[in-house]
Amino acid sequence: MEYSYAFLILLLPFLGFLFLGLCGMKLKKPVAGIIGTLVLGTVFALSCYTAYKYFFEIGRGADGLYPTVTVFNFTWLKFSELLTFNIGFRLTPISVMMLIVITTVSFMVHIYSFGYMAERDENYKMEGYEKGFQRFYAYLSLFTMSMLGLVVATNIFQMYLFWELVGVCSYLLIGFYYPKHAAVHASKKAFIVTRFADLFFLIGILFYSFYVGTFNYDLTADQTLQAHLAGAQWIIPASLFLMFIGGAGKSAMFPLHIWLPDAMEGPTPVSALIHAATMVVAGVYQVASLLPIYIQFGAIEQLHWIAYIAAFTAFYAAAVACCQRDIKRGLAFSTISQIGYMLVALGVCYSLDNHEGGLGYMAAMFHLFTHAMFKALLFLCSGAIIVIIGSNFKEYMGGLHKYMPITNICFLVGCLAISGIPPFAGFYSKDEIITACFQFSPFMGYFMTLVAGMTAFYMFRLYYVIFWGQSYYELDPVNRRKPQEVPFVMWGPLVFLAIISCVAGLIPFGHFISATGASYDIHLNARVVTTSIIVAVIGIVLATYMYAPKKTPLADTLAKKMPRLHKAALNRFYIDDAWQFFAHKIVFGCVAKPIAWFDRHVVDGAFNFLAWSTQEAGEVIRPWQSGDVRQYAIWFLTGSVALTLILLCI
Amino acid sequence: MIPVECFLVLSTLLFFIGVFGFVTRRNLIAMLISIELVLNSVDINFAVFNRILYPGQLEGFFFTLFSIGVSAAETAVALAIIINVYRNYHSDQVNSIENMKF
Repeated sequence: MEYSYAFLILLLPFLGFLFLGLCGMKLKKPVAGIIGTLVLGTVFALSCYTAYKYFFEIGRGADGLYPTVTVFNFTWLKFSELLTFNIGFRLTPISVMMLIVITTVSFMVHIYSFGYMAERDENYKMEGYEKGFQRFYAYLSLFTMSMLGLVVATNIFQMYLFWELVGVCSYLLIGFYYPKHAAVHASKKAFIVTRFADLFFLIGILFYSFYVGTFNYDLTADQTLQAHLAGAQWIIPASLFLMFIGGAGKSAMFPLHIWLPDAMEGPTPVSALIHAATMVVAGVYQVASLLPIYIQFGAIEQLHWIAYIAAFTAFYAAAVACCQRDIKRGLAFSTISQIGYMLVALGVCYSLDNHEGGLGYMAAMFHLFTHAMFKALLFLCSGAIIVIIGSNFKEYMGGLHKYMPITNICFLVGCLAISGIPPFAGFYSKDEIITACFQFSPFMGYFMTLVAGMTAFYMFRLYYVIFWGQSYYELDPVNRRKPQEVPFVMWGPLVFLAIISCVAGLIPFGHFISATGASYDIHLNARVVTTSIIVAVIGIVLATYMYAPKKTPLADTLAKKMPRLHKAALNRFYIDDAWQFFAHKIVFGCVAKPIAWFDRHVVDGAFNFLAWSTQEAGEVIRPWQSGDVRQYAIWFLTGSVALTLILLCI
Repeated sequence: MIPVECFLVLSTLLFFIGVFGFVTRRNLIAMLISIELVLNSVDINFAVFNRILYPGQLEGFFFTLFSIGVSAAETAVALAIIINVYRNYHSDQVNSIENMKF
């Protein structure tokens, strides 16, 4: 076997989790951190080696495509002759790409957390909170294992299994500071919302497996399936869309996005790893893995629905991101918007041709890759700022470029990358997405270009309010803590990710991943490129004009001129309130309450009546057992006399 | 020959005296003696009917002997119980053991 070591990629983080989870609290903090990081470092090295081997050493097969390698695949449960639940390890171009993304970001986050969590642990100790440096590393290992298992899944059911596991890890890590009420609420919200969406995923899988007879991605491989497929044709689009709803929950698509901004209550490295780079793109990965099925089985219309939902989400999240006070929430909405981009790119596919209709597949994966890098960078930068400032709110920042030069540069690189300024990473991937959108319809193309402009605007707004403008510290330098640069263990990963964000766009991504699998040269469409650069520059210039100076009259005037719009955007257009209304008033009020009443009064009432009548009957017959032997004798005598008389009469 | 009615009247009288004594007496020993009377009346019936209905056969007599044996054993058990009751309650009156329930 060429990749016989591959099981270690899943096993090592799991063992790390078991070890740190069971004996972590007995270890010293740095020891636990070093163990976690070393394990992850090994997994990172193994993944890089796998990628090197897959793409370069072994390379393309005889048909000119990268082969799909199933390293191992054992049957766990056997439902029927055809339908088995397998656990396996499958390498395809996108799963290898995901291995790189996950382990790189996870490794960086492990290193970064040394500085971040130590600092936070100190703060929380002062405030009487639970310390949990070791617990944190244990959860990170578990998450990495689950996410890797998700991407290497050989079938949808395995994906679903690990999908739920990453959901659990997300829940555990959002609620990491569990004495904090907001964190507990956020973790519950995240778990319930994604679980609700996963219900549809499960229903989709059940329909799919019932009619198609397999959980596998590749339907053409197995000849015995052909008989089923004709009969299952009608259900495949619907079940694929149900699966997408599960993906929409994880990937925070409108209107299931409400959990992601609140998930920012978790520690910032977690936000970078789970809620920006890896777990939230699980939905994108799911649609991408199933894309051949979407296209072969006529679910083009469903793909286009995905595109419309995602485009609206991208726009909505970008609009909300323009008004957020909390920098992490601003970044969270930016993440939602960017995931919207990826799903738009997948949704506008209508064939598996690299040049016409299938470009979106490559673009989505490319954007997933670059976005993971620069969004992790942005989150880690914001974590560095939060550690120094001690608050998430932009009012306490401003003018930090003097005090935190490295973070400043890294954040700027991240902003340029996400805004799509050449030659940073986001430019290439985003332009591919916009090109794919123009191939689909001009309206979609212009719409996504507009959102790209908004992206540039809100990111630079964030950049200016943090690093420029009026400094909070300088308003009262005597009493306020002076900001300073973070330690090397934190800025090291920032610089590493910043370098990747600079150069990732130059990777000839189409050579590795494309809709058909054949090599594809990325050629930028001059018209699209010019438009998007102009729009991005306009966004940046506008943000510079509005937010870079110490006083921001225009922004304040705009907020005053349109108070209702501003307030609505600040409150995320009341979607959370709508869900709250739906959950509380409709689900709880109209469904749960009557059911609870029925349970309390009818079901409980019936059993209470049964108990009551038994007790009353007992009270009635209790005196008969008096303990007086002669009385018993009289009863016995009377009874026997009566029986004798009856027998005589008969 | 003594007519059979005489035996039957005797056994009936014995039976009802026994029952009456069992119901009215409060002393446990007296109640035990009443039970013995009831049993004796039954034994008389056995013997009489065997003699009249199946002369020359012995089942009824044997059953009478068997019954006497059983009642002797029963009396032994009953006396043991009465002694224990007396030790625990310091009384041989039947109404002193009224708390013998559930």
